[in-house]
Amino acid sequence: MSLGFFVFAPGFWDNEAVHVALAVGTAVAIVAGVVGVFTVMRGQSFAGESLGDIGTTGGSAAALVGAGPLAGFVAVDVLAAAAMELVGVQRVRGRDLATGIVLGAAIGLAAFFLYLDSTQGSGNGSTVTILFGSIFAISSATIPAVVGLAALAVTMIVVLYRPLLLATVSPEMAAARGIPVRLVGALYLLALALATALAAITIGTILSTALLIGPAAAALRLTRRPLRAMLGATAIGIGAVWLGILLAYDSYHWPPHEHGWPVSFFVVALVFLGYLASGLVEWRRERGA
Amino acid sequence: MNEAVLSVEGLGVRIAGRQVLDGIDFAIAPGQFTGLIGSNGAGKTTLFRAILGLQPATDGRILVDGRPRTRRTDSIGYVPQKFLLDPDLPLRGRDLVGLGLDARKLGFAVNRRRKRELVEEMLAAVGAEAFADTRVGRLSGGEQQRILIAHALISGPRLLLADEPLANLDLRSAQEVVALLARVCRERGVAVLISAHEINALLPVMDRIVYLAHGRAAGGTSEEVIRPDVLSRLYGHHVDVIDVHGRVLIVAGAGDDEDLHGCEETVEHALPGEVAP
Amino acid sequence: MAAGAGRLMFEGFMVNAWEVSGIVAVVAGVVGFFTVLRGSVFAAHAIPNGSFAGAAGAGLVGVSTIFGLGVAAFVGALGIGLLGRRGRHDAVTALMLVMMLATGALFVSLGNQYEPAVYALLFGEVLGVSDNQLWPTLVLGLVCVAAIAALYRPLMLSSALPEVGEARGIGAFRIELAFLGVLALATAMTVPVVGTLLIFSLMIGAPAAARSLTDRPGVAMALSVVLALVVVWSAIAASYETDWPVGFFVGTGSAAVFVAARLWQAGRERFARRRRPRGRQPEGLGSVA
Repeated sequence: MSLGFFVFAPGFWDNEAVHVALAVGTAVAIVAGVVGVFTVMRGQSFAGESLGDIGTTGGSAAALVGAGPLAGFVAVDVLAAAAMELVGVQRVRGRDLATGIVLGAAIGLAAFFLYLDSTQGSGNGSTVTILFGSIFAISSATIPAVVGLAALAVTMIVVLYRPLLLATVSPEMAAARGIPVRLVGALYLLALALATALAAITIGTILSTALLIGPAAAALRLTRRPLRAMLGATAIGIGAVWLGILLAYDSYHWPPHEHGWPVSFFVVALVFLGYLASGLVEWRRERGA
Repeated sequence: MNEAVLSVEGLGVRIAGRQVLDGIDFAIAPGQFTGLIGSNGAGKTTLFRAILGLQPATDGRILVDGRPRTRRTDSIGYVPQKFLLDPDLPLRGRDLVGLGLDARKLGFAVNRRRKRELVEEMLAAVGAEAFADTRVGRLSGGEQQRILIAHALISGPRLLLADEPLANLDLRSAQEVVALLARVCRERGVAVLISAHEINALLPVMDRIVYLAHGRAAGGTSEEVIRPDVLSRLYGHHVDVIDVHGRVLIVAGAGDDEDLHGCEETVEHALPGEVAP
Repeated sequence: MAAGAGRLMFEGFMVNAWEVSGIVAVVAGVVGFFTVLRGSVFAAHAIPNGSFAGAAGAGLVGVSTIFGLGVAAFVGALGIGLLGRRGRHDAVTALMLVMMLATGALFVSLGNQYEPAVYALLFGEVLGVSDNQLWPTLVLGLVCVAAIAALYRPLMLSSALPEVGEARGIGAFRIELAFLGVLALATAMTVPVVGTLLIFSLMIGAPAAARSLTDRPGVAMALSVVLALVVVWSAIAASYETDWPVGFFVGTGSAAVFVAARLWQAGRERFARRRRPRGRQPEGLGSVA
């Protein structure tokens, strides 16, 4: 028996669900890496985390009307991003509070929709699926939508790159140069909403932050240059998603038998390990310097 | 020497392999108003942190009232350099001044009359009665300084440390704050160590100057230090001392580091802030 | 029907619901007051959510839920406190949170726990509170309130002016850890009642509203408790009448209270500006609460 047999359990490469998962996971990791670097630099981790959680409202509402979860995530996240912009996330002070108030209200709504899902019998297992994701259950018909939205979000960041960077480093300097700081911030929030919605279909709404923040935060510890950080974050994200899918597939043979471990757990755990490892690298480099 | 409120003896501080302070020696007598002058990055804030016990000293020692300082002391009042008071904080000026008296105590404050009187007295002393009932975060920079000075002085310290209290104030507010500090501290017999990179505002009230440059310090009376040769060495840049209508002003010349002594160029700008007519 | 419902609302299991939710509201009002003052909104979101892992793990190994919640909450609080010392605070909080959530997802998956159990953990089941939950909740609630009362003045100074607090021997880091500890304790006692997602709403909505209504710290804290009680009790009454989930009413109610308080504050300021240009008269000899 070859080593390959141990690493890749039989059927890994032939399984269609795995193909879809790898494709979707890659697209999502790229978006999350590109958008996430700005999320961390702008100190908007809480906004990203909240948009993820708020996706629960969209997912549960979509389940109620029988639509796909991705449509629900995208619609509600974009709406929530607009609401956050209106209550004032562009001001640093009180930003977390504004985010939190929107989040609290949205979670209340999610509780309501999930309750309706369960009483109307349409949502068998939807709570757990929406919250923690199930990448193996994504149908291949979703791929075009995923790729399209991913391309849209990445294009937005590429187009906005320079004004966004200056507005991130110093809003005053950007404003002095005639950059519409608030508009740039709002567009960025829109890209963040798209990235979060995409991450949510991969690893679930309340875990989606992991892909957004983790690789970006790790990459920013390894390099100070934003472009390199984006590449690094994308690489770390893709690595975590692919390895996570592989491990989850293999875990079917682990105890307890005949019961796979959730993909989301592996992806998040790998991202977390990556962040810790980057800290170690940074620490050694600082000590050496 | 034992009379000194603060004596710093051979203080050295090394942070991340860099010698920030080296062999600092000076002492402050009770009630003395001392200016700590130095350019940005000269180590003023580090020296304050060391005196406050927040930055461990690598060499030397710091005595407060003749004893090695402990962290929990009410004998030093402190007004920090940068502070940001949240305008949404439900805390009035008088509440913050009251915290100066008992912030380390556990439990809610009992509204004792003695404390209330002390707070009123302190607010009156710094001239803050008019805005004592407004949220501190909504006050102007100068008003906040007054509240912070009251906060620092209410516990009856023997020494007040003020780190760049004039940095973000316009000239008039700066003069008011300096005059206030000088007056209140003289009345209460509190020694003051105030840091600034702007020396002019302090000139009328300063008894002594400690100047910091390249991690080293030298001290003396105002007359000994406010001289073109001494100041030029301190700033590493030619400096003139001029007398305008009985007021001494310190003005940077346009000389390079090289020709410190051959300066006959015209005065170009005040050092480092502008000087009002 | 209304009369009959009104009578039943204060009998049987509903008595527990009123009592326990009252305790929870008092704790949320008191602890939440400092959460909002210190800007620890994200931590207040992360610690309860992260403690989900503990509850799910407790279900897996068969120990009491509240024990699992408590352990996870303290681990989360300590992790946020220690990792946040260096590095980006909000990114660390987000990563810590998703790591714990992912672990929870794994436990749920491995333990084959029922969907309603997950739903209850996330959104609470205050109407199902039993007699033997009353006493632990009361005791832990008293501990929380006593801890905040004891730390009141150091916490206040350290929240307003951390540097001045440091100079007077109130270490900002120690205060932060102590506060996160109290937050963890509050989490452990409140999550079984209102759920991980909703204790957060309660902890920021009412206190944020309260601080818009008064300038006095003591009064603000008392108001915060009163508003939290109003939100929780009216949510229970509404839930009893409509059969909709309590969480829905708590989440939306908290947001509504916040928005109302902000509008009131804006109106008052506009009015005050028209009356007196600057500097209001003292409102009588102030209490220094």
